[in-house]
Amino acid sequence: MEKDDASLDRLAALEGMGCARKRREDPRFIQGKGTYIDDIKMPGMLFGVMVRSPYAHARVKTIDKSRALAHPGVHAVLTADDLKPLKLHWMPTLAGDVQAVLADEKVCFQNQEVAFVVADDRYVAADAAELVEVEYEELPVVVDALAALAPDAPVIREDIRDKQTGAHGARHHPNHIFTWNVGDKDKTDRVFDSADVTVTQHMWYPRVHPCPLETCGCVASFDKVRGDLTVYLTSQAPHVVRTVVGLLSAIPESKIRVVSPDIGGGFGNKVGVYPGYVTAIVASIVLGRPVKWIESRTENLSSTAFARDYHMTGELAADRDGRIKALRVHVTADHGAFDACADPTKWPAGMFHVCTGSYAIPNAFVSVDGVYTNKFPGGVAYRCSFRVTEAVYLIERMVDVLAQKLGIDKAEIRLRNFIRKEQFPYSTPLGLEYDSGDYEPALRKVLAAVDYPALRAEQAARRADPDAEWLMGIGVVNFTEVVGAGPSKACDILGVGMFDSCEIRVHPDGSAIARMGTKSQGQAHETTYAQIIASEAGIPASVITVEEGDTSTAPYGLGTYGSRSTPVAGAAIARASRKIREKARQIAAHLLEASPNDVEFDLDRFVLKGSPEQFKTVKEVAWAAYNNVPEGMEMGLEAVDYYDPPNFTFPFGAYVCVLEVNRYTGETQVRRFYALDDCGTRINPMIIEGQIHGGLTEGFAVAMGQQMPYDEAGNLLGATLLDYFLPTAVETPHWETDFTVTPSPHHPIGAKGVAESPHVGSIPCFTAAMVDAFAHLGVTHMDMPHSAYRVWQQCRALGLARQ
Amino acid sequence: MSQKIMVSFKLNGKETDVVVESRELLIHTLREKCLHTGPHIGCETSHCGACTVDFDGMSVKSCTMLTVQAEGAEVLTVEGLAGLGGGGDLHALQEAFMQEHGLQCGFCTPGMLMRAYRLLQENPDPSEEEIRYWMAGNLCRCTGYQNIVKAVQYAARKLRGEAVETSHPLMADTH
Repeated sequence: MEKDDASLDRLAALEGMGCARKRREDPRFIQGKGTYIDDIKMPGMLFGVMVRSPYAHARVKTIDKSRALAHPGVHAVLTADDLKPLKLHWMPTLAGDVQAVLADEKVCFQNQEVAFVVADDRYVAADAAELVEVEYEELPVVVDALAALAPDAPVIREDIRDKQTGAHGARHHPNHIFTWNVGDKDKTDRVFDSADVTVTQHMWYPRVHPCPLETCGCVASFDKVRGDLTVYLTSQAPHVVRTVVGLLSAIPESKIRVVSPDIGGGFGNKVGVYPGYVTAIVASIVLGRPVKWIESRTENLSSTAFARDYHMTGELAADRDGRIKALRVHVTADHGAFDACADPTKWPAGMFHVCTGSYAIPNAFVSVDGVYTNKFPGGVAYRCSFRVTEAVYLIERMVDVLAQKLGIDKAEIRLRNFIRKEQFPYSTPLGLEYDSGDYEPALRKVLAAVDYPALRAEQAARRADPDAEWLMGIGVVNFTEVVGAGPSKACDILGVGMFDSCEIRVHPDGSAIARMGTKSQGQAHETTYAQIIASEAGIPASVITVEEGDTSTAPYGLGTYGSRSTPVAGAAIARASRKIREKARQIAAHLLEASPNDVEFDLDRFVLKGSPEQFKTVKEVAWAAYNNVPEGMEMGLEAVDYYDPPNFTFPFGAYVCVLEVNRYTGETQVRRFYALDDCGTRINPMIIEGQIHGGLTEGFAVAMGQQMPYDEAGNLLGATLLDYFLPTAVETPHWETDFTVTPSPHHPIGAKGVAESPHVGSIPCFTAAMVDAFAHLGVTHMDMPHSAYRVWQQCRALGLARQ
Repeated sequence: MSQKIMVSFKLNGKETDVVVESRELLIHTLREKCLHTGPHIGCETSHCGACTVDFDGMSVKSCTMLTVQAEGAEVLTVEGLAGLGGGGDLHALQEAFMQEHGLQCGFCTPGMLMRAYRLLQENPDPSEEEIRYWMAGNLCRCTGYQNIVKAVQYAARKLRGEAVETSHPLMADTH
């Protein structure tokens, strides 16, 4: 027993996998000692401000910058004409399109970047930006994505008007970006033609914005003497940014240092390159001084990567028992004026083809048309895992629609269609291979936890009472995520395979430094990555320093988005740790004068088999690595791993939401939200819980209030926190969380990604609960956001509200 | 260029003189002249509260105050919080946010801490509902607030001299 206690103490001292290790990041953040972009101050640093378009679509006739240039404290005013000689008035996007850096002949969305004013400080720059005079000639505007391909629709992209082929195949209209098909159309059509039951539902997943609390920004510093460029910026993928900057500037990557310091939340907003970064870099090169650019909230909400904007039509074919035979989907995707949608190169609609969901659907066909509109670019952001939000919303809504048509309970129909545990790895008709899953116990656990039958009974009683002021809705969602992009054969970012990396160096005293190619924006990589190393290599997490974000020191990686850090970098970390462990074992054997085969790893030491009193600790071995290694072995103790994943990971979850809806006001109260997530092996349950709380809160915001409406003139309405709904602690529901553990068989530690699951899964759960409140009145779907006004309109249409 | 004005105030207990234009916002003075970069800027409509500092015994959004209004004031920022219990120890709230995992990216944290610091003086034993309502001037994008509420409760207990325990024990059974 005493030995067990000692082992437990050693286990606890490691603070490794599975424990609720407190965060290494917290001490600096709770004392105001984080280093975020706008905290950076450099000698001679200037400040840049954008001049932006007031129009959604207009020709730029003239730009007069003379008054701005004459303003004291102003150093430069850049326009497209200044960028043209450098071929930087347009920049490439991750989607294979181009985006205007500064508007050349025309502007294509409101608040588009037109000129960049550089001055002594932000106050002077703001004054001078007011003095730049731009003359516009207004053009007709396209805001309705469903009308963008009309024959007489105004042409948004004159720069590529006659280009018959885009980055993703043929274009058949000037506002058409791509058509992407996946699945067997003929077979799917045949199943629909002969099915017992078919249902169809149109739904819009509205345009929303990730709105990280810290906006985007950078400090660019070109050193004219050394000829090198240092850029601090809010990037989730700093190595990719370095490569892009290298391509654009013709400066070799070895002379570019991109640093992502502490980032105040990313949520997918900080993946791509924005015009502000490019203009700050150009201004710094021109002026030979550091230039800082920090956007405002309005600029952030109106010009950086939005999320969603999918107009979807779903169809299901099924038998009378609700067993699904086929899925057919068409999407019109509103990408705004430039296709800057962050995706692996070959996937213009991301991983939308995970839309067969958690169900064994034998046939499916999906078609997505991307269109240009006079809006700001984006699409993939906000915990979407590359369009998985849309995919899960589509299938979960459709299953509800089918259940309603057949009069089958919404939980029951899911249980009937689940992919069963023994079917994994499961190949979907749309080409994915799910790694593992055990859906039924997860759903049953959730249904039991909320006492689902009692909820349905209560709902039936409520429905029977014609005077009930509050309607009751129950949402049930079962989702399958796809995260961890991805296998290099299928996934690349601008040609770079989507591997990730880790480099660990153990110092003589047994402490270590480890760097990865990802970049945390609050997900606590500094804490959790060390836990993986602690368990795999026996080095206490407390003496492991984890760093990310500096391209001059960290190994090349693809960054953090798509919940890929644990699946990809997490795997590289485990494998690099194992390389260290193996070398350490050989050194330990040498020290113990034993054969390596007789020495085994035990938590934090190497023990001679059969003689537990004979051992060398990892700390002792680390010292020996620098002075006494076996003959012929290289000194030192370090390892690198670049991990090209064999597959994605497919975490899943079962969520239930209970809503109360006031029929007279449309006001909604979340009575209960129960979220079960299964992300395989859990590295740090405290951190996972925090990710879930945050994601569910985003889901609540998206489903219940967030939107970015445009008027007919292309004015974006509500791009400030005056209207854009960010819940406070008061609105945010209390969350109940739960889990099961179904490890990923192909992942070195069985861990799957999870951080986007709560956002992906909760949104259709809120809609499901909302629609369910009206289901007995024949309502099959309601478009988000389910704000009080919109819900009241529904009540009114059904004669529920007071007239 | 408009005329500059010298403003004197006490910042985390230290007499501080700054020279500003009358239009300069307190948040910019704190961050750029006093190099107290803990308080952050998250919006321009006075909603997010990332810039919250304690100003003459009030929680104030320093993006919505001119520096010239701070003449003679006592201003506390997150940088001064650790010393307030005497010594350099972390304030109970700082410990609580760490123990209860009340922060992720850390961007809202300085404002949250300064608001909670004042809240617990106004109401040393707040209910969950009161905490949520009294913290409603502070937006967070990462945590979903739940652990922030727990952190404020933890700190409240600690400040009242009661026993405190984290909801996230290191080696708890993980099933």
